[in-house]
Amino acid sequence: MVCDVCKTNPATVFLTQIVEGKMQKVNLCESCSKEKGVTDPLSFALVDLLPGLGAEEEMEKGGTLQRCPACGFTQADFKKTGRLGCPVCYDTFAEGLGGLLKAMHRRTSHSGKVPARLKRSIEMGVRMNQLKRDLDKAVSEENYETAAQLRDQLRELEQAK
Amino acid sequence: MKIESLFSSGGEWARNDGPHHQIVISSRVRLARNLRGHPFPGWAKKNDRLQILELIKPQVESLPEMGDALSSYLQELSALEKQVLVERHLISREHAAKGAGSAVVVNKKQTLSIMINEEDHLRMQVLRPGLQLRNAFKAIDKVDSTLEAKLDYAFHPQLGYLTACPTNVGTGMRASAMVHLPGLVLSEQINQVIQAINKIGLAVRGLYGEGTEAMGNLFQISNQITLGEPEDDIIAQLNKVIEKIIENEENARHILLQKKPGTLMDNIGRGFGILFHAYAMTSKEALNLLSFLKLGVDLSFFPPECQQDIDDLFIVTQPAHLQSNATQQKLSPEERDALRAQIIREKLKQFPNPNTGKVVLPKPPTNETHHE
Ligand SMILES: [Zn+2]
Ligand SMILES: [Zn+2]
Repeated sequence: MVCDVCKTNPATVFLTQIVEGKMQKVNLCESCSKEKGVTDPLSFALVDLLPGLGAEEEMEKGGTLQRCPACGFTQADFKKTGRLGCPVCYDTFAEGLGGLLKAMHRRTSHSGKVPARLKRSIEMGVRMNQLKRDLDKAVSEENYETAAQLRDQLRELEQAK
Repeated sequence: MKIESLFSSGGEWARNDGPHHQIVISSRVRLARNLRGHPFPGWAKKNDRLQILELIKPQVESLPEMGDALSSYLQELSALEKQVLVERHLISREHAAKGAGSAVVVNKKQTLSIMINEEDHLRMQVLRPGLQLRNAFKAIDKVDSTLEAKLDYAFHPQLGYLTACPTNVGTGMRASAMVHLPGLVLSEQINQVIQAINKIGLAVRGLYGEGTEAMGNLFQISNQITLGEPEDDIIAQLNKVIEKIIENEENARHILLQKKPGTLMDNIGRGFGILFHAYAMTSKEALNLLSFLKLGVDLSFFPPECQQDIDDLFIVTQPAHLQSNATQQKLSPEERDALRAQIIREKLKQFPNPNTGKVVLPKPPTNETHHE
């Protein structure tokens, strides 16, 4: 059996974990297992290997932009390291990352702590999106009175920003 | 604080006085954070890394929790010192491999450690003895809130805290408990338990080895999912699972005592005998035998005072700790095994012989009576 990562050396380390309710099997050679940190069980989880394994296909599916404008990182770099180049990479490779994140975490949006200084603007963004949706609905239903009210509310929020 | 004074005392997290300390050695919660507008450490050029380091380090050092802390650039630490920090779970193996451009700050009690420019700009963790995930989270959350007022974190409205590896994005939080499960291993239930834990999206790894090969019967259980679930929910779920595992382990021990007391006594007695009389002891053998001794304390074969000594032995018999206590320059593996055996013999001299008087050996089947 050959190693799943380098696809050349014979596999000597066999791992099985259930990720996402699915049985995942990974076979690694000595050197890839070291490189992936499998020899350090403290920092190892099979899920950490996923970006290196199924990731390239996922990333290629989404790939339109070849290079992160902020840091110069490419999909090929991700394939090599399983790590991204900078925070902007998350937007650069958003499309490809979407499927990957879903496979890893089941969900695709954060719920949890928000830095205090961003809290207000993020909450306001959520509120504005809701108002815009309501406004579109009111317009499409020709409910002009409601639409006018919603528009005023939106304008107020816009100014408070 | 100098690194020597850090090394001269054990970490407070290793003091066995936390809740459920017999089975749960320690709890840890780690947060990953990065600065906006800077490449992640693995992709950053050396100059970027140095710049990021100088932005972060003073803020970390000025944390109220970091009074009299050890703060050190990685290149200032010897390979041995780094390795001792790894064995104390204060830095990762990956961080130990770093040089210029990275740093570590550890508080005096060794319960809070912050790695700068590991895989992420900031990796901060709180360690607590026993099962104290909630407390550990509260403590690290407070540190994080202090830092976020001074550092411009990379935060995405949809994805949360952005991390170098997509497996950490969202909360950036990894919570884990280190558990000692000799009962489940001896009764061959451990694989079943590991599979059940995996099934609900948590990771189990041997602390020193994988699966049933786990040395010292020590396992680490942690969350894998970081995106889409609030921190409190992740902690609560993990806590619930650990409580269930404690129950399983206690049951397994109980059943072993009832049904196979001979096997149990044999393992503990042999463990004690070998550790007490050996002149060469590998790390693997030591971990496995010490695990039985630890179980022996839990089952009252040894007085409770012995527990701290055994827990200390788990750490001081690790290779870098041995080397740092040696007078000689570089120990060969054979010399290390000899020194390990010597340290263990010295310690066990203070132990009484295992008291197995409380164990009732099974009665012959004909004498067995049933009460409904
Ligand atoms: Zn390979
Ligand atoms: Zn980038």
